[in-house]
Amino acid sequence: MKIHEYQAKQLLAKAGAKVPRGVVAKTSDEAAAAFTELAGPLAVVKSQIHAGGRGKGRFKQFPDQPGVVLVKSAEAAKDHASRMLGSTLVTIQTGAEGKPVNVLLIEEGLKIAKEMYLGVVVDRESGGPILIASTEGGMEIEVVAHNTPEKILQEPFDVEAGLLPFQARNVAYRLGLEGTAIRSAEKLFRQVCQFFIDNDCSMVEINPLVVTAEGELVIGDAKVTFDDNALFRHQDLVALRDLNEEEPMEVQAQASGLSYVKLDGNLGCLVNGAGLAMSTMDIIKYHGGAPANFLDVGGGANVDQVTEAFRIILADPNVKGILVNIFGGIMKCDTIVTALLSAYDKIGITVPLVVRLEGTNVDVARKMLADSGKKIIVGTDLADAAKKAVASLGA
Amino acid sequence: MSILVDKHTKIICQGITGKSGLFHSQQCRAYAKEHRPGEDVFVGGCTPGKGGTEIDGFPVFNTVEQAIQQTGANCSLIFVPPPFAADAILEAADAGIGLIVCITEGIPVLDMARVHRAMQGSKSRLIGPNCPGIITPGVAKIGIMPGYIHKIGNVGLISKSGTLTYEAAWQMGNIGLGQSTAVGIGGDPIIGTMYIELLQMFEADPKTEAILMIGEIGGNAEIQAAQYIKDHVKKPVAAFIAGATAPPGKRMGHAGAIISGGAGTAAEKKAALEAVGVVVADTPADMGAAVKRAMDLRK
Repeated sequence: MKIHEYQAKQLLAKAGAKVPRGVVAKTSDEAAAAFTELAGPLAVVKSQIHAGGRGKGRFKQFPDQPGVVLVKSAEAAKDHASRMLGSTLVTIQTGAEGKPVNVLLIEEGLKIAKEMYLGVVVDRESGGPILIASTEGGMEIEVVAHNTPEKILQEPFDVEAGLLPFQARNVAYRLGLEGTAIRSAEKLFRQVCQFFIDNDCSMVEINPLVVTAEGELVIGDAKVTFDDNALFRHQDLVALRDLNEEEPMEVQAQASGLSYVKLDGNLGCLVNGAGLAMSTMDIIKYHGGAPANFLDVGGGANVDQVTEAFRIILADPNVKGILVNIFGGIMKCDTIVTALLSAYDKIGITVPLVVRLEGTNVDVARKMLADSGKKIIVGTDLADAAKKAVASLGA
Repeated sequence: MSILVDKHTKIICQGITGKSGLFHSQQCRAYAKEHRPGEDVFVGGCTPGKGGTEIDGFPVFNTVEQAIQQTGANCSLIFVPPPFAADAILEAADAGIGLIVCITEGIPVLDMARVHRAMQGSKSRLIGPNCPGIITPGVAKIGIMPGYIHKIGNVGLISKSGTLTYEAAWQMGNIGLGQSTAVGIGGDPIIGTMYIELLQMFEADPKTEAILMIGEIGGNAEIQAAQYIKDHVKKPVAAFIAGATAPPGKRMGHAGAIISGGAGTAAEKKAALEAVGVVVADTPADMGAAVKRAMDLRK
């Protein structure tokens, strides 16, 4: 689960970290008032979306309007805000469809001496959390990792003990920090790492981490993602969710206990098991088709879930055909066909439907399909089903 | 002879009184009855508070420690819900049980980080979580896989997936290949046992003649495995990597199946494996054929 920059900063500030003074604005009048409240010579007006690249991003409705601007008056703040709020921001991270901007963060300008990068993720290799730091802040970290990997510092730390003071100092000195910045860094790095653990994060990214002229460390920008598996024990964080930033069908699927990711193609898939579902998308593409989605209906496909799965797939106007690929293990194939036929009737499926079944009771299930009187194309194996599904679109 | 699971394996189920726990315990017991009639393979289960009772002929214990003492169990199959599963794993490890197989999907990642830390130097081996389990065909089934899919044979199978593994086993069965042991390592970012340890075991196992690795996007375990294969594995290896069409940054079902910062793509894993001589199937329909091709290349 992602949250906005302004929310991440509020949480990090509560954890003791230093963040710029900022005010949230939801109207252009509020943006003007925020500038006045900050009482500085300048302020930064920042679009709040669940994606990065906002500074270079531009709005669909206003192609010359950047996602982040520096302003020197309340009027300017209001002027930019009026274009930003309610518009769609497209950045290199949002995809072509962009994301709606409904909230702005107006922040004081900072006297930036240096910009660094600080991140915390879970490292699979060491089996625990890891602090990542770099002197190359304010840039895409992937670019840094690609061009100058030696500039990425990594410090795995203990999930129980947190980042120890000497570890924080090691990183600070290796980053070339000096003087009062070292003490600042020791405190901040440990706070960020503890925050990561306390809130069951999957990622905390501070880019840039600003070193001010006075040697203070301030969080320039913050991206925080929470581990979905842990949200059950963080109801307060669940309240921060912004459904406007999420794909509506993905939200609906999640509510029904289905795993769904929308893609760009026109061939819908309904599969049991994540690995098999990914593979079904892959084999569709291999045979010249374009998968419209990933959907894992899970181990217990009952009538309601299968029906909901079809509904969600068909809610995508791009979908011109559906491939159902079920490998029944403990789940019997005839059970799935019963659910499938019931769903077919409930929704009234009008696009070509290719079904491939394998596993327990497959013969009974295939007969049920044949006797159903429904125009369902049967795939004899995975490759055959994929080819038939692609062909059914007339492509 | 197979790896990890053999005729000495005695299984208990943590969470046996839950719906899934009971159902799959019954299925595993039935598998043992069919293949090794008269032998006691699935010997009971644990649910705190239900010790001293019985469920469908399975004795139930309060703790893993008690279960081991009473039944001689050396393997625990865990069907405990996500908020309590890490604790269940740690209890089993603390009781010193040799093999722990955790089926549970949805365990918080940092809980698994805690488990990983606590199990450093442990004599228990953890498989999973978020996995279908392990099967040594004809000997014992410890998990949710349909037993009949896995024919007895000599291919070692290591997979992050569940149903995709069944697909592979079925394809292999169609061309007369079976498994020595099939291990589901699970789809989570932090897991108990990774490819390399199992590759080592299969390489040393006299019953295993070839190995099939099924991977997916996310992390670099397959790339590390490729390096290991280059240095240490002489037996023929085939592979398939799911997720060539997965978009970056999206979690594709499995918690660990996410392309992050451009890393963990199917293409790079495929390339790394091919570079060390692994036969990588181009599509999921060719996994069985890839194994055969890998074996034929060595003849």
